[in-house]
Amino acid sequence: MQADIFAKRRKDNLIFFSLLGLITIASIIVTEYDVVKGFTSVFKAAVWAVANFYPNAKAMAKLPDILPKLQETILMSISSTTFAAIFSIPFALFGSKVTKINNILGSVSRLIASIFRNVPIVAWAMVLLFSFGQSAMTGYLALFFTSFGFLVRAFIETMDETSTSSVEALRASGASYLQTIFQAVLPSAAPQMISWVLYTIETNIRSATLVGILTGTGIGFSFELYYKSMNYNAASLVVLVVVIVVFAVEFISNYVRRVII
Amino acid sequence: MPLLEIKNLTKKYNADTLALSDVNLTINEGEFVSVIGPSGAGKSTLLRCINRMIEASSGYILFDGVNVSTLSKNELRNLRTKIGMIFQHYNLVDRLSVIENILHGRLGYKNTFEGIFGIYNEEEKKSAFKIIEILGLKEQVYKRCDQLSGGQKQRVGIGRALIQKPRLMLCDEPIASLDPNASKIIMDHLRNISSKMGITCLVNLHQVNVALKYSDRIIGINSSKVVFDGAPSEMTSDIVYSIYGSEAEELDIDIGGRNAS
Amino acid sequence: MQMEETLNTAWEEPSNDISNDERPMSIRKISKASIVMNATLLFLAIVSIYAFFTFDYKNVNLIEAFSSTFYNLKIVFLEPHLKHFSVHETIWQLIVTLGLTVLTTLIGSVIALFFGLFAAQNLSTKLASNIIKAVVAFIRAVPTVLWVLIFAVAAGLGSVAAVIGITFHTIGYLIKAFSESFEELDKGVIEALKGSGANWWQIVFQAVIPSCASYLISWTFLRFEINFTYAILMGAAAGAGGIGFDLYMAGGHYFDLREVGFITYIILAVALVLEVISTRMKVKLSGFD
Repeated sequence: MQADIFAKRRKDNLIFFSLLGLITIASIIVTEYDVVKGFTSVFKAAVWAVANFYPNAKAMAKLPDILPKLQETILMSISSTTFAAIFSIPFALFGSKVTKINNILGSVSRLIASIFRNVPIVAWAMVLLFSFGQSAMTGYLALFFTSFGFLVRAFIETMDETSTSSVEALRASGASYLQTIFQAVLPSAAPQMISWVLYTIETNIRSATLVGILTGTGIGFSFELYYKSMNYNAASLVVLVVVIVVFAVEFISNYVRRVII
Repeated sequence: MPLLEIKNLTKKYNADTLALSDVNLTINEGEFVSVIGPSGAGKSTLLRCINRMIEASSGYILFDGVNVSTLSKNELRNLRTKIGMIFQHYNLVDRLSVIENILHGRLGYKNTFEGIFGIYNEEEKKSAFKIIEILGLKEQVYKRCDQLSGGQKQRVGIGRALIQKPRLMLCDEPIASLDPNASKIIMDHLRNISSKMGITCLVNLHQVNVALKYSDRIIGINSSKVVFDGAPSEMTSDIVYSIYGSEAEELDIDIGGRNAS
Repeated sequence: MQMEETLNTAWEEPSNDISNDERPMSIRKISKASIVMNATLLFLAIVSIYAFFTFDYKNVNLIEAFSSTFYNLKIVFLEPHLKHFSVHETIWQLIVTLGLTVLTTLIGSVIALFFGLFAAQNLSTKLASNIIKAVVAFIRAVPTVLWVLIFAVAAGLGSVAAVIGITFHTIGYLIKAFSESFEELDKGVIEALKGSGANWWQIVFQAVIPSCASYLISWTFLRFEINFTYAILMGAAAGAGGIGFDLYMAGGHYFDLREVGFITYIILAVALVLEVISTRMKVKLSGFD
């Protein structure tokens, strides 16, 4: 008996790993990925980066050009997230099991959020570029749409987790729908919701870089500019300031989280 | 005079699961009534049908002469203010203070605006402080509820129900999550509320001993039907067996020992 | 007895001597948590509004732009078609994107599993753990697209740069997730095995990995979902091929919104399936504990 179990497990593992191997090989073939080149270029890139990819004195002179772009990216990330959060709250209230008004409205708002979250940010950017051109609003709205979809889901989960029982108690004591929301749901969920907003700001700063490359705005534009003109020292400075900002945001949000939760 | 009359109450969750079948009960003003029975027998459903947290499938409930099932939304809110409810898991807003949670019991009397912003008048605050003193929570007034012990949380739950100035208290397994000491404190409070303040109490209990000790009357429910309705003195081990079935042996019930104060 | 009396009188006369002072009673106590929370909200509100005064609008008429965007979105979602690419081709590009996703997730998770062990404080030394965690924090802070473009200098634009770039970020993400799962492991299990004379690798393979397996798998799948998105984005922004590149061409070169719509629907369908699977996995996981 015992031996059978081990034999079966070995067989299961064998099948699982062979399947995984097959999928990997298939993936290598369809993507035309050169395995050898992959490994060698990691070292090549490292050698190249040490030699060329660091900010030198000349690059530092570009800092006055970079900082305003950086500011634009930071403000865009914060503002788009905050407004997305505000718009997310009613959708989350309709979508949450605890606070839903009816099932149809709940499904509709969850579906809308799901679409906004899963349409790739490139598609939003492409569509917005038609009307808004290379203005800051293109990136702003692209970030707004995806953050909205993400935050609705996060808020729904938070509300379901934190306030189910207290909502029952307040309803039983005769409190109205809005009273229940403001006295039970929001006080219970607020810290967790703020934590999600801070997390989204963090990811949006990174996404803003990508959107910037596509739409020619913000810090992504700066990077693209220096990268294409092969001014790698300046490009590395851009990377450095992005890293510093992401660290700073992470540091602040960790502090806030620690205190409020 | 009957405060509560339940006639032919039936609740079906779906075609196969019958939670209550043809329940008939009359509860008089000021009575302390325990409802006992195995878990899943329908105790909790019975309580929640009374204040319509669960909608009954058929039958009707008269509370103080008013047919509960035909009430409009506003009338229902009004009814619920007269019925306090206490829960096994306390159902407090954990992040708010003791006093804020107790004042939640007033929401049913407030207009939406006052309720949303938590505006209470001086008399309400005074009553809240008084209730807190009576329940022995004076030291904890401004403490957040997640810092309290289980017994303290349940006292806050009682306070929230009391400040409603209810005529009926529905207590759903109030001591199921508490240790014996805390259980005694809670049951003593409930008994006092009934005998000194004349508030009718309907208490779901798991422990037959506790029911025997505290109640004026005991109702036994087994698989969705009322199988016993009488004074504690009428309770015999045969009846316990008929309520709990084979589970009865595990209950370790001391029928004779109930004359302890 | 005394308590009973108080109970009684308290309810009969709700306003007697308890507090005779006239000042209104407060029901709120200010705490550090509430100050920080309100300060955070205030800061976000001010910055969010201030932001609008700093943006470079490039003289776009906003009202017109909003209404035309609305019109364009209607075209995208209600009139999808394919013109420059065949269905056949598009599906193939989708498979390429999925291939990128598989490769980056698999390579990333294997490497992350190895380093994750050394990053977990209960399985490694403090020094090694801290060094790995610092490097990981740096890797995660750099946006994926920048990693891809940096590698593209050495490897050229294409699948190699994309795979390495996305894999790099995956490794960073999964090392953090894996090592935290390992750290939550019950101390007793490791000690018991140590006491029985098992060596480090035996402990890892007999206790650590089996007990964390469900977490590892669910994190890996979550990353699979994220990498699918990245594979699309890198196709569009870093020339990595796949359906993202088609999307970029349809919108940025052929200016064909209907085609953008069709491709978006295909991506959406896959993303929704992945999301449903990962939600199911999460439910199963939380059912465990």
